Amino acid sequence: MSETPKIELKGVAKAFGSNAVLRGVDLSVAKGESMVIIGGSGTGKSVTLKCILGLIRPDAGEIHVDGARVDRSSGRSRDAMLDKFGMLFQGGALFDSLTVWQNVAFRLLHGKRKLPNDEARAIAIEKLKRVGLKEKTADLFPAELSGGMQKRVGLARAIAAAPEIIFFDEPTTGLDPIMADVINDLIRELVTEIGATAMTITHDMSSVRKIADNVAMIHEGVVQWCGPIGEMENSGNAYVDQFIHGRADGPIEAVR
Amino acid sequence: MAITGFITDLLASIGRTVLGLCSTAGHLAIFTAQAVSHCLRPPFFLGEIARQFLKIGYFSLPVVGMTAVFTGAVLALQIYVGSARFNAESAVASIVAIGIVRELGPVLGGLMVAGRVSAAIAAEIGTMRVTEQIDALTTLSTNPFKYLVTPRLIAATVAMPILVAVADAIGIMGGFLVGVGRLGFNEGAYLNNTVDFLEFDDVFSGLVKAAVFGFIIALMGCYQGYNSGRGAQGVGRATTNAVVGASVLILAANYVLTELFFSA
Ligand SMILES: Nc1ncnc2c1ncn2[C@@H]1O[C@H](COP(=O)(O)OP(=O)(O)O)[C@@H](O)[C@H]1O
Ligand SMILES: [Mg+2]
Repeated sequence: MSETPKIELKGVAKAFGSNAVLRGVDLSVAKGESMVIIGGSGTGKSVTLKCILGLIRPDAGEIHVDGARVDRSSGRSRDAMLDKFGMLFQGGALFDSLTVWQNVAFRLLHGKRKLPNDEARAIAIEKLKRVGLKEKTADLFPAELSGGMQKRVGLARAIAAAPEIIFFDEPTTGLDPIMADVINDLIRELVTEIGATAMTITHDMSSVRKIADNVAMIHEGVVQWCGPIGEMENSGNAYVDQFIHGRADGPIEAVR
Repeated sequence: MAITGFITDLLASIGRTVLGLCSTAGHLAIFTAQAVSHCLRPPFFLGEIARQFLKIGYFSLPVVGMTAVFTGAVLALQIYVGSARFNAESAVASIVAIGIVRELGPVLGGLMVAGRVSAAIAAEIGTMRVTEQIDALTTLSTNPFKYLVTPRLIAATVAMPILVAVADAIGIMGGFLVGVGRLGFNEGAYLNNTVDFLEFDDVFSGLVKAAVFGFIIALMGCYQGYNSGRGAQGVGRATTNAVVGASVLILAANYVLTELFFSA
């Protein structure tokens, strides 16, 4: 445990106007670990990931990636930092003026090491196959795909340049159970075989059990509980118990 | 009591508006400086520039051409009415040409393109903001300014003078058609009058205006889209603001530029 964590958040806070979304998030993710974040919708899970990527600037706190502080970085150091990341956005966020393969290969076509078109395309098609999409989808535009397919293209884009750290924002939402399982296996593979560090947001408890090494539960702007997946069932934390069993009554108020 | 309350409210709302304007002007200035600095530094997305050039320039040709032909035609009629009062009908051809080339070509063309292109740019970039595509660009290590703003600015600034040059020719042709067909001018004499009295500076000043207007059109579209609010409503507002902002700025810039050329 003496190793520097891959990602570390210390007291990260963020408010949008009067809406205090994060109120001091502390979280540490080790290299090669699969961390899953759970929590009700609107509790700031996506905001947490965006803070780490620097897409949202936190009001307070510190964020470190590989021991270097990133929440105030800009220019070259920020570019170098972002090169390590792949991100699947909750809504897919595919570029709708580009075809599917150009989306997947975007970093390969425009990034530091520019690959020629045919090489980038070949990699894109291979990644599409890994997320269960056929080669013929490569030349379609995102608007021609279903929501679940768009999500998988977003996933293929996130992993296309073999990043060290991958963020998945609700990777299995909107997928059928079989496809969801394929994606769970893929995430697990990326972590165990390639040694990537993953942070995944999900509401799907079977997904959590399948992909997590550690689980963090966010509620009311702070991490309520964080621990290994094996201890989740007996965490003794009322929030976690209510969430994983999906009960309407408990400390988490279900607003009606 | 009620009156003082009313006055305070009024002053407060005026103050808010003024402060809002100042802050927008400041943000716009910073945005412009950033955008221009990216125009001067590599990498350049040449493919994007070409795509935008086609979208902004080529596809605006019909609108700008139609505007020009009718403007030229109307101008010939109106100037004929005016000049007939001084027995100076022979001046129609050259005044139509000067009016089109110096003023109406760039300004009306600019306003039409503002309606078409500023709105389209604001809607496209605004949608990209709302659907997190701009965030996605950033995480893919591509600067959204470089990839989205710069190509549009360069394309519009280069395309507008070319568009307006074509519009000038079409507008003069509109005047010619009315002059010859309706007002009974001799074809050769009309063309001679047009060419003889048109100076290089007339054309040049019009094209410089066009370049500035092109820059304004793309800038306002990008600025409003980039800072679009959330949801479909945010994009709608960005689109409206882009067209209104671009149109007003074009008219203001037109005055400033005309004043500069006038005193030069
Ligand atoms: N850019 C933004 N501007 C204002 N409010 C935001 C923004 N992004 C997120 N929020 C707010 O932050 C809260 C948490 O959002 P989010 O992190 O997306 O939730 P989730 O945990 O479901 O991913 C929500 O109340 C949302 O309205
Ligand atoms: Mg979310």
